[in-house]
Formats: sequence, C-alpha cells, structure tokens
Amino acid sequence: MKKKLYELAHSRAGDKGNTLMLSLIPYNEKDYPMICEKVTVEKVKKHLKNIVEGDIVRYEVPNISALQFVCHQALLGGVTTSLGMDTHGKSLSYALLEMEIEV
Amino acid sequence: MIRIGSGAGFSGDRLEPAVLLAEKGDLDYLVLECLAERTIALAQKRKSQNPLLGYDPLLEKRMELLLPIICKNKTRIITNMGAANPIGAAEKIVEIAQRLGISIKVAAVTGDDVLKYIHSDDRILETNEPISSVQHVISANAYLGVEAVLPALETGADVIITGRIADPSLFLAPMIHHFGWSVDDVGLLARGTIIGHLLECGGQLAGGYFADPGKKDIPNFAELGFPFAEVESDGSAVISKIEGTGGLINLATTKEQLLYEVMNPYEYITPDVIADFTSVYIREISPNRVEIRGGRGKKKPDTLKVSVGYQAGFIGEGEISYAGSNALGRAKLAGEVIYERLKEEVQDLRIDYIGVSSVHRTTYGQSLPYEVRLRVAGRAAVLEEAVKVGEEVEALYTNGPAGGGGARKYTNEVVGIVSTLIPRNKIDVQITIRESMKNEEKIV
Repeated sequence: MKKKLYELAHSRAGDKGNTLMLSLIPYNEKDYPMICEKVTVEKVKKHLKNIVEGDIVRYEVPNISALQFVCHQALLGGVTTSLGMDTHGKSLSYALLEMEIEV
Repeated sequence: MIRIGSGAGFSGDRLEPAVLLAEKGDLDYLVLECLAERTIALAQKRKSQNPLLGYDPLLEKRMELLLPIICKNKTRIITNMGAANPIGAAEKIVEIAQRLGISIKVAAVTGDDVLKYIHSDDRILETNEPISSVQHVISANAYLGVEAVLPALETGADVIITGRIADPSLFLAPMIHHFGWSVDDVGLLARGTIIGHLLECGGQLAGGYFADPGKKDIPNFAELGFPFAEVESDGSAVISKIEGTGGLINLATTKEQLLYEVMNPYEYITPDVIADFTSVYIREISPNRVEIRGGRGKKKPDTLKVSVGYQAGFIGEGEISYAGSNALGRAKLAGEVIYERLKEEVQDLRIDYIGVSSVHRTTYGQSLPYEVRLRVAGRAAVLEEAVKVGEEVEALYTNGPAGGGGARKYTNEVVGIVSTLIPRNKIDVQITIRESMKNEEKIV
C-alpha cells in the first residue's frame, strides 16, 4: 500500500543562504527504521527534482528517531536575492511530505 | 539551577509573550534574539543615514514594556537588539529608564563590526570566489561567541546589548557565568549550546510554526506562550512554559526545533564549540515539560564566520487577479504578454500563478482554481528599471486579457549576504557602560 509521508511523519524546513534543510520525524518512533530504508537520498532527489539543483546529504539522528536532509542550491540564490514567493523555502517541508512510499 | 527565558525569536516577534515570561517565569535571565542574517546589513544602512539609529526598530517598544518588570524581578536581559549600533541602543535604553524612573545599568558589546579587516581577495564560503566578485560591500559582521558576552555579564549590568553574536552564545554565556564552567570544557559548552539552540527561536519550541489542524493540533494557539529552561550545573535542562499559556512542549515540538536550520547535526559549529546534536536525549517528563540530557562537543574553530552584506540592486514586483471561467488561461496570457514587453530590459524575470504554481514551481498533481493571481518579479541594477515591472503589470488594466483586477506594484532594495572567515585574534571586543539613576537618587 502506498502512503504519503504526510501520514507518517512531520517536517520543518530551515535555510542557510542557498541551502535548504528538511527534517523528517516519524510520529511513531517505531517507523524510524522503515523511513530510513524507504526515504533514500535518491528518492528525495527525484521527488524534489524541480526544486533542488545541487546535492542532497542525508543525516541519521537515531537518538531522536529523525532524519535531516540538507539540500544544496535549493533556494534560488537564498532569502535576500531570490525572486520567488517563499524566499526562505519554509513551505518546502510540505513538498517533502507529498512524497509517497510503499508500506 | 538557573532559569533562562526566550522572549523573542526574531526582530518582528510578538511582544506580549515576553512580558508574560518576565512577569511569571521567575527568570534569572531573559534572552531576546532579534538579529537575522541580513538584518544587520539593513541596520548598517539606517545608521549610515542617521548615526543615532542602526539598532532594532522595536527596541523602544520592547524595553518600555520589559524594563519595569525585569527591575522588579531582578532578571537580567541579554539581547542582540543593538544590531549595527549597540552603544546607541544602550543610550536609548537609559533614556527610556530615566523616563520611567528606573535605575539601570546597561552594557553594550561591540567588536563584531569587522568591515575594515575584509579584503577583496578574501574567499566567499558559499562560492569560493573572492569578495571582489560581489559589488558594493556595505557591512561585515563577525559572529562573536561567549567570550564577548562574559565580560559584559561580569560588570553586573542589568541589560547586556550586543550586535552580531551567535544565537546559542546568548544563552550559553549566562550558564558559564553562573556555574563557573570552564570555556575549555567542550562537553558542557555543547550541552549549553544545544539548550540555546532549542530556545533561540522563541515560540517555535512551544508549538509555534508546528500546528497542522487534525494532524498536529496545538491547544489555545492564539495565546502561545514562550519557553524557558531550568538549567542544571551539569548542562542538563528541563524546558517548559508559563502555566496557563497556550502552545505545547513535547517530544515532537522539541525534535523539530532541534534540527531546525542545522546544516550538519553531527557538527554544529558555533564560535564556542562544535556540538554533536545527535548525542542528545530528549524525554517528556510531564505535560509541557521536556528534559534535555547529554550532548558531546569538540574544540571551537580558530576562525569566526563573518556575514558580508552587499548592495544587490532592486527587485520590482507586480500582481493582478483573474477569476471565473478560464481564469488560469487569461492569467497565463497576461504572463506571456508581460514577458514579451519586459524581456529585453529586466534580468531574471519570474512569472508566478498564485494558487497554481507560485510557491514550489510545481504542483504534485492537478490544480484548476476559480481564481488565479498573476505575480511578476524582476531584478534590476537601478530603481527606475525595477519600477517598470510593476508598471507593466498595472498597464494590463487597459492592455491585457479580459477581467484582470486588483493590480498592486512594489519595489524593494536588495541587500545580498555572503559569508567569509576571519581569524579570532583580529577581534577586539569592547564593553561600554551606560547608567541611569532614579530621580530621587539624582537629587541626592
């Protein structure tokens, strides 16, 4: 069965210059190993292909059962110079949560 | 144990939660973090126009509300609201205190302004190009650490007002000052930094920027309280908020905040320590009380990060709405028309259909709204060219597709930010004291 990440986890976006960070935190800590297995860098890169131009690095934070995706060249130059609507990229956490995984 | 409250998470933050926190939090310290990446460059510009200004625009409002309370409760304020002019800010605070009949001692911390040390061949961290690749540098401020705040705390000042200080250092400094921690104990510094990082965004730790109805519900959201930490001498802490305030502090809200804006959770670099955020344990001990334990660190870097602000031209914007049948078709025709009319003159023209594709440039599915707002944005080197973007959008009234309404136009001056590094030994921190006395003391 396919499920949106939105149903399984929550996320907050942060920004530093042109770099976007997206946390991914399962509501149920028991889902953490499954999220680690299914939400790979390759899948996130494909899902955000229209948004993130640079590399994506994934960090595992097992003590709090969470993942952090650090996405480079993702904010059209960054908050001060971007022509975009959401110059911080703060709403992009919900773009990640649109991703579907097989559970 | 000391109690440290977080009364502001950014320059424009709400005022009431800090008042409540100062009144009822039994705080030793109230920290107000009000300086975003580009705020100081804008403040430098205001100071260049008027040397008395350049501090936070809300300084007066916040201090008028808080000074009477912190004097009564013996709470010390630590804030970076000095921005580009900490001494000017200290003088303004004294002026307010005198008007309110309050006796107060204010310490201004300066030394973060390093513009004179920046060379055109210094490297930009983000691009590895020389500083000379950005035009018209207007400011350069180094992120100072606890070593800049500690001497100010030692003066006994009631209010410590700084310019650019790393956000967690504003919280770590009072812990070191109170507990007598060694500035070489990387474990304690890391633990204090983690607590500071959790607190630095004010309401965000208490359920602000978290709510999603039906999925992540936050009780009494309109009256969101701000957080405070009860910090122990071993660097562990319990985080909570004032009883009766709205919001929520639990495992989920704390986890989101721990990872917020973190580039590498294994190595979070501050001027004080390189903290490992993955070595932290978070535990909910009772409703709205979360315990933070553990945390390792490595020795601080030899260099400090510097934010360099530069003049990056102007952005012009225009918006207009279309509604009803074929709203999107007419909005798209308007967008194409604007593109044809401006493509020769304006660089980086961006055309958005608000309600369709403006936020993520993609929709992850189908979307056919009843109304669509066209937004056009373009960059230009001079103001006159940027203004044309809004003018062309407004001209759609008589020169565009059918039924466009509600045109608006804007222009903004753009301050760009890049980063570079500076050796620590270039920094010269100075503490400047300003004091007020009660009227009766003055007469004596």
